[in-house]
Amino acid sequence: MKAMEHAQAAEAFIRDEARTDWHDETLWFVRQKRDLAAQGLPEWEQLRDWASGIKNHTLSNLSQYLALFEENALKNGIKVHWAMDAVEHNQIIHQIIKEGKICRMVKSKSMLTEECHLNAYLAAQGIEVIDTDLGERIVQLRKEAPSHIVLPAIHLKKEDVSDTFNEFLDTEKGNNDPQYLTESARQHLRDYFVGAELAITGVNFAIAETGGFVVCTNEGNADMGAHAANIHIACMGIEKLIPKAEHLGVFLRLLARSATGQPITTYSSHFHRPRPGQQMHLVIVDNGRSRQLGRADFRNSLKCIRCAACFNTCPVYRRSGGHSYHTAVAGPIGSILNPNIDMKANADLPFASTLCGSCSNVCPVKIDIHEQLYKWRQVLVKEGHVPSSKKTGMAAMTLVLSKPTLYRLAGKMGRVALKYAPFVVNNSLNPWYKQRDMPQAPEESFREWYQKNRK
Amino acid sequence: MSSKNRILQATAENQPTLTQLPFIDFDSLIQYPDPVAAFEMVLKKIGGEIIHFKNEEEILKSISKADQDGEFVLNTFRQQEGSLAPFKNASAVELAHLNRVYLCGALGVAENGAIWLDENAMVNRLLPFITQHLVLILNAKNIVATMNHAYQNIRVDESGFGTFIAGPSKTADIEQSLVIGAHGPRSLTVYLFHN
Ligand code: SF4
Repeated sequence: MKAMEHAQAAEAFIRDEARTDWHDETLWFVRQKRDLAAQGLPEWEQLRDWASGIKNHTLSNLSQYLALFEENALKNGIKVHWAMDAVEHNQIIHQIIKEGKICRMVKSKSMLTEECHLNAYLAAQGIEVIDTDLGERIVQLRKEAPSHIVLPAIHLKKEDVSDTFNEFLDTEKGNNDPQYLTESARQHLRDYFVGAELAITGVNFAIAETGGFVVCTNEGNADMGAHAANIHIACMGIEKLIPKAEHLGVFLRLLARSATGQPITTYSSHFHRPRPGQQMHLVIVDNGRSRQLGRADFRNSLKCIRCAACFNTCPVYRRSGGHSYHTAVAGPIGSILNPNIDMKANADLPFASTLCGSCSNVCPVKIDIHEQLYKWRQVLVKEGHVPSSKKTGMAAMTLVLSKPTLYRLAGKMGRVALKYAPFVVNNSLNPWYKQRDMPQAPEESFREWYQKNRK
Repeated sequence: MSSKNRILQATAENQPTLTQLPFIDFDSLIQYPDPVAAFEMVLKKIGGEIIHFKNEEEILKSISKADQDGEFVLNTFRQQEGSLAPFKNASAVELAHLNRVYLCGALGVAENGAIWLDENAMVNRLLPFITQHLVLILNAKNIVATMNHAYQNIRVDESGFGTFIAGPSKTADIEQSLVIGAHGPRSLTVYLFHN
């Protein structure tokens, strides 16, 4: 599944300098739009506090809320399924498709189905699902994975999209106009919507009190599919619950502002009962979430509402691209969630961070993201899962840090080296030098300065 | 043990000590001196249009005068239930060529330009999404300040489906260039009446 660790994949990504700069700047621009939107509300920090408090409460009472939610959803005529893991999730959906003898199906964005590799599972059974979110359709045609949970095709330029559409949708060669390309996708996908027999969607929020769920999109694709098809399957992780509908008042104010700087997504659709003649299914998935709930240091990562603000602000994400994280959910939060799913395969991810804390500052539900990344590193090292790129340096560092005299000597040597022989540090064995010039070294260390100057 | 019971049990075992829900203090929420003006400003910013009417009669006149040019247009405003019955269970194939739909919104939100409507107002869940152009009719009196206020005024499960609509459908998935008209309507116009 994983071809490369984050560090190597990132190295490949930044080889195209112009594109890396574009990626970096574009996401930073999205981050700035988020700031403007946040600053427009005097109660922003208060909203984050409430959101965090509501999610903390929900997690502390999750089993009861899950039971209540199911009870109410059943009363609403929704068919509820439970899946321990990705395989069971995929099997449940496959079973519904088989029973309905379904051939034509559409899917709107759902990171959970990406996490479970639903498309690949169904493809192996000879079943094709059409992704309908524009960005997801683009990457699906290119046989790629989304590189960002909100902006799935952010790693691509319009020329790439134009080439892909020329190949698959027969658009004019070399016409790179986003308006034209979007219109072509609209026409292409309309036929799939109108003919859809089954629609799969994600879930942004599930309301325990009313037994319904909310799906947010800008494009209207989740609604087009769900209302056209005779079968609607919505997939959710157990952490999507909120106690009451009134709590949506807090979360819907935060979600789009944090994600793209919009005051709200175009559509915030509340599904409670199937329409006459329709089947509505809900698949509730654990896939490691209940285990994460038991890890005191990491449980509050389950508060995440998948806004991707932490991606857009992350200096590592912006300059390494989503694919270098080799998981469905990339970015800082993905680096906390994925080691829980597979510690060994994702041991490199908590190291893909500068621990600058910018993620924690923007997170609308106040997850202490950078602190959890730091804690994962401790756990991973203890368990012996250290990414290869960190191994040599870390072993040396452990030795140096454990011996104060060695530490002082090493510092002195470092300063001397930087001054008289910068090539010793600025060489290809030192990963820090790869994209950087080493700084000018001070004449003396703080310690030396302090000893000389203290009275 | 069933997956359901295993999940519920693991969750019960692993959930931390119960914490309290926060108290949502409405006094700390933003207040707009003129919510209607705020609504209009945000709506235009997110790609929507707005036309003001003195009263509902004016809207009715305007709709009946509108040049339909042989297009497939559906108006639900002040229509007899019976006349809309054929559309209730119409399929996507039958509605695929809808050009314009007029629907009544129940409530507007000043902070984000969103309008709530539920299944009863939609007649058919597909209508607000499948039409090329959407017109939402709204009473200016029904504009509240924020989403927190909105949820005090609606019951989300009163009908089987309801949605907040904020502007026309849009996407920025190609190089972050905003394009209006993704899969839903290419335009959204609010007919706001003040009586
Ligand atoms: S961790 Fe916070 S900032 Fe990151 S996606 Fe989740 S909610 Fe958004």
